[in-house]
Amino acid sequence: MPARLTAAKRHRVSFTLNGRAVTGEAEPRLLLSDFLRHVLGATGTHVGCEHGVCGACTVQVDGLAMRSCLMLAVQAEGRRVDTVEGLAGAGAALDALQRAFRRHHALQCGFCTPGILMSLGDWLGRTPNPSEQDVREMLSGHLCRCTGYAGIVRAALEAAAEMARERGKEPGDV
Amino acid sequence: MKPASFDYLRPDSPEEALAALAEAGEEARLLAGGQSLMAMLNMRLVQPALLIDIGRLAALDAIRLEADALAVGAAVTQGTLERRAGLAEEVPLLAELLPFLGHYQTRNRGTVCGSIAHADPSAELPLALVALEGSVTLRSARRRRTLAAAEFFAGMLTTARRADEMVEAVRFPRRRAGAGYAFREVALRHGDFALCAVAAIAEEKRLRLAVGGVADRPVARDLPLLDGAALDDALNDFAWALGGSDDAHASARYRRTLVRKLGRAALEEARCRRA
Repeated sequence: MPARLTAAKRHRVSFTLNGRAVTGEAEPRLLLSDFLRHVLGATGTHVGCEHGVCGACTVQVDGLAMRSCLMLAVQAEGRRVDTVEGLAGAGAALDALQRAFRRHHALQCGFCTPGILMSLGDWLGRTPNPSEQDVREMLSGHLCRCTGYAGIVRAALEAAAEMARERGKEPGDV
Repeated sequence: MKPASFDYLRPDSPEEALAALAEAGEEARLLAGGQSLMAMLNMRLVQPALLIDIGRLAALDAIRLEADALAVGAAVTQGTLERRAGLAEEVPLLAELLPFLGHYQTRNRGTVCGSIAHADPSAELPLALVALEGSVTLRSARRRRTLAAAEFFAGMLTTARRADEMVEAVRFPRRRAGAGYAFREVALRHGDFALCAVAAIAEEKRLRLAVGGVADRPVARDLPLLDGAALDDALNDFAWALGGSDDAHASARYRRTLVRKLGRAALEEARCRRA
């Protein structure tokens, strides 16, 4: 039988965070969101509801956007985890999506923003040329209490158009 | 909130998972995608002594197209099924309703079989399984058995699964020639629990409507080939028979209205698609 990770002990967890190998110790019940923030100090990932509704803790695991509060740290073993800290390039230059968010005032307090950026980063890559309705349905997985979403939707559509231009297509082409 | 303490086991095969489950019984819970279970753990609605993580078992992570059904293994995520090329041809009802199931981010991790095992009365996948008359394969360390969807769902978050069994696979019957399918739901917000969800099937000699979110489990009824006021009467009978109750989100009366209106719209759409 495989080893059973006992409740009372901390166990070694290793994965790739934003391209770097990281290791820490976690009890089985420790959520990935808390492991990122409290063990690894990666506080860019925010924690809201802790039952999967608000979307603030959304990260990418093996390239797919998902809730880090609905996942155990020990389940990240051997995986690739990407968080908002990994978006900015050399010299902390913002990426295209982040620049679109700034242009369109797609954030005010910024609490929900890291989760939304991690969702969009994955989703826009799989959903070329989304409609506004598509964007709004994807955003239903995030709560923003400041903006009313209008700026977020505009920023997402502009980033999608930019990605389409890079692929040599017009917005709306399939 | 944070979960209470538990031991965590990541078995290397379904057999190891089932052996551990047989030993621990009611004390253990199987964890696949965890998009319902993790929330319940965080809220301490469940406090198992052991979690057995089957989410990474390759043997369970398979979708197979069989002669008459699409078989989905226990580790297949809702997102993987949604992105399957050809799903709209194979099981059009699934292709239509998957985008309504939770959110993009939860579909990326939540499993198809997990949603079936969780048996929320308003969930879309149990509704589809009942509407299509699919089946659930349960496996324990000792044996395997297959139940029809209507036998599997026993009530609110309650199923015929025994403590030592895993939902190993579910089978959604494939599109039948000459049949039309349609899905409608009303929720407070896209991705929220449905106040009422309906799945309709129209064939040459029968209409079938399944309703979720009203009774304590999804319920389907075959309706005679009716039109106009006669169809409205049949839907009204069905709406009352479901026995929905008032809750914080909607009254029983509103839910009956949704059964009548959504049911009518979905049946008409299914008929159009049959043509």
